[in-house]
Amino acid sequence: MKKRSRRRSFGAGILMGGALLLAGSGYAVVNAETTPSPEPIAAEGSVEQIQVGRQLFLEGCSSCHGLEGQGIEADNATGGNGGPSLIGVGEAAVDFQVSTGRMPLAVPEAQAARKPPTYSQAEIDAMAAYIATLGPGPANPTEEELDLEDANIAEGGEIFRTNCTQCHNFAGSGGALTNGQYAPSLMDATPEQIWQALVTGPQQMPVFSNETITPEEKKNLIAYIESLKVEPNNGGLALGRLGPVTEGLFLWTAGLLSLIAVAIWIGAKVR
Amino acid sequence: MSTHDNLPATTAGDEAAAIEAAAAALPAHKPRRTDVDPKAARRAERQVSLMFLGSAVMTVLFVVAFVAIPVDESVYIWGFGTVNASNIALGVTFGLAIFLIGAGAIHWSKKLMNEKEEIQLRHSLASTDEDREAAVEAFDDYSADSGFAQRPIIRRSLLTAMALFPIPLIVMLRDLGPLPEEILRETLWKPGSRIITDPTGRPVRPSDLAIGGLISAMPADLPLVQEEEGNLNARAKAAIILVRMEPQEIVSQQGDNWDYGGILAFSKICTHVGCPIALYEQRTHHLLCPCHQSTFDLADSGNVVFGPAARRLPQLPITIDPEGFLVATDGFAEPVGPSFWERGDA
Repeated sequence: MKKRSRRRSFGAGILMGGALLLAGSGYAVVNAETTPSPEPIAAEGSVEQIQVGRQLFLEGCSSCHGLEGQGIEADNATGGNGGPSLIGVGEAAVDFQVSTGRMPLAVPEAQAARKPPTYSQAEIDAMAAYIATLGPGPANPTEEELDLEDANIAEGGEIFRTNCTQCHNFAGSGGALTNGQYAPSLMDATPEQIWQALVTGPQQMPVFSNETITPEEKKNLIAYIESLKVEPNNGGLALGRLGPVTEGLFLWTAGLLSLIAVAIWIGAKVR
Repeated sequence: MSTHDNLPATTAGDEAAAIEAAAAALPAHKPRRTDVDPKAARRAERQVSLMFLGSAVMTVLFVVAFVAIPVDESVYIWGFGTVNASNIALGVTFGLAIFLIGAGAIHWSKKLMNEKEEIQLRHSLASTDEDREAAVEAFDDYSADSGFAQRPIIRRSLLTAMALFPIPLIVMLRDLGPLPEEILRETLWKPGSRIITDPTGRPVRPSDLAIGGLISAMPADLPLVQEEEGNLNARAKAAIILVRMEPQEIVSQQGDNWDYGGILAFSKICTHVGCPIALYEQRTHHLLCPCHQSTFDLADSGNVVFGPAARRLPQLPITIDPEGFLVATDGFAEPVGPSFWERGDA
């Protein structure tokens, strides 16, 4: 019976989370002042929130990651789905993977792709709180750390060009890796998700911890990526900002075809 | 005159007959609409002049846009996104100005200019037999006169002189610059060189690097050297990356204990043609070059597993100094970067 009541409160949580999202709030942080009792998902870091998170984890994640988040080896004989251990991945990893829709995985393939998230932010927070109890791991950035107001975009650009362009392209458009894997475009990533990706190293991405790229430098880096998003295409049609590949393709198709069309017009018989 | 004389039995009468025959073989001339309908002709006339006038307007607009639109102004255009207003305006007006002149000229010639078929007779391109014989005869005469065949010493010395003449050109290639000597074999790395982050210039402690982490790094003296030399040559050779993996994941290294607790340092310069290389897949420990997809296995001595690179990626032996920061134990054991002529096999 206790379980059912928790489920009901959790259902109200979804409603509340959705309503808050609709209201334009980026984060459905439960606030005691604006939400009358009963609280949908309990206060940040409370036992109740962790219990809700564990429940969500058992329902949505444990088939691949194991009942205790210990991971399951891929095995056809036992039907093991092959999810990695989540012990010590930290709340940042959970928030990144679930808020970008990469988890839960729709289908096992070369790489988990970005898709609309399945869970509300309140649910993600609860799951992240539960996973964080399994072992210490990278934490989410604070609001102050993501305050891009006074960021040094020029220095961020230097860090970006040294550390990020190889995979994510000079304009953050992403690029190919091996065996069907790829570095995704950064244009859809929120500042918080970029931060989380840096500190957790999702999939093939290396980890850029707060010691190798300090929080201050991360802020500058993220401010630079944000500036790329609003950068006008001074050269005209951007063609995906992928450089010579799409530009060459465009010239060889659209450019050549229009030249051929003009040549046909010049040579056509007049009636 | 002489060529005409050589044409087989050509007279004015024959030519006229040939032209007549060719004209008869042509399909009947069909007049264009603009030839028979004065209204259509006037319409075509208007179209052509409109194109020319359009070009004139575009030229004027180009100048206006050049003066009036600030260079840093952006504008949203559907399908293009946000673009630089000046750039687009100048490109479109100038492009149309030149295109409309050409298009008007084509339209004019197609619709209004005379399109009567002309017939022009061709004759064989080869000279007549008499001309050819005369040429051979003349060549033989002059050849005998020169004594080229009868005076072998002159012939051979001339051929020798001409064969040797291009040699200075090849010798001068040698003068394009000094040989690289040791420049390509040396980097700034030497025993005890402290490793600092690129571009932020902080020394690195082993604990700074998480498992699966990656740091682009350089020797601590690089910023100063770079400023003194005023170029990027030192950086182009000394750039490295640090990666960290579980020590038991390391299959082999280029030297005994060249890692420090699972932290490996490799040259960041691809051994194929020298692109900076840092597409690191932390789960496979593969490092990809973005230029030609050469792939190196950093867990296995940096050996090439794919792509056009012919040699493994040089590894830098590292340890820590008394203050606990990562330093190079020694310089690179082999030249970094792409192959060069004098490199040898080492």
